[in-house]
Amino acid sequence: MLYRRFFNVPDWGFSKSFREFDRLRRQMDELFGAVSGGTLAMPSAGVFPLINVTEDTNNYHIRAELPGIKSNELDIQVTTDGISISGERKIPVEGNNVRYHRREREAGTFSRSISLPGEIDVNKVEASMVNGVLTVTIPKSEAAKPRQITVK
Amino acid sequence: MTDKESKEIQVKPKHELTSPAEQTRPGLIFTPNVDIFETETEITLLADMPGVSANNLTIDLRDNVLTLTGEVDPFEEANEEDILIEYEIGKYHRQFNLSSVIDQSKIDAKLSDGVLRLSLPKVEEATPRKIEVKTG
Repeated sequence: MLYRRFFNVPDWGFSKSFREFDRLRRQMDELFGAVSGGTLAMPSAGVFPLINVTEDTNNYHIRAELPGIKSNELDIQVTTDGISISGERKIPVEGNNVRYHRREREAGTFSRSISLPGEIDVNKVEASMVNGVLTVTIPKSEAAKPRQITVK
Repeated sequence: MTDKESKEIQVKPKHELTSPAEQTRPGLIFTPNVDIFETETEITLLADMPGVSANNLTIDLRDNVLTLTGEVDPFEEANEEDILIEYEIGKYHRQFNLSSVIDQSKIDAKLSDGVLRLSLPKVEEATPRKIEVKTG
């Protein structure tokens, strides 16, 4: 398996095998009833928002769950080898006479930068927000695209 | 919200629901984060359900048990390969017992940017009323 390296994510490259391992461990935990608070131990950089990065032949796709954040409240900056996402999540105050039963949703600022494994085309980056999920599509630069070589 | 506005959001892993009712379909189930608050006339529930569209969301209220279920479509196209996966997606499911009697005909649900806002107005009888004590 060919794997590349993200320098800002410590356990990058092993994420796939770790993911399998995590799933197995979770299943074991369930079997023995020793679930550690029901949280997932995914490999992550520990910075909000959590992201998923995938690639196809022409693009990288970055996805993040950002519920309640409008597209114009996001600041996305792109450089030749990376991208940064920052913004603020605001939760408006709901009147004076309200009594809370649960308060689990959090407000605050966030900022995250991601370096991509290959060169990208800065001018054609597209971002969209659908149902609180941010998708950034980043075309790979011509030099970074895989090329099929025919053997003569 | 308690301290300064400029507080940074901390990473909070999604909570996986460990033992819901027996499942017939494979897949992960998460509990959405919610805010629930009450005024004298209504109960409001806000739930973060990113990735759920309005037609994939089911809200069910019977016998004072409110059930929220949201399906999330897989985000990846078939030809995409994972590079870094920090969060997983799955169904959202959560149940609440409501203490006050809710006027079912006036329930209002709105879903915008992955946040559900559910207004549950109380029936007239359940709104607190001051009882005057008569003398004589």
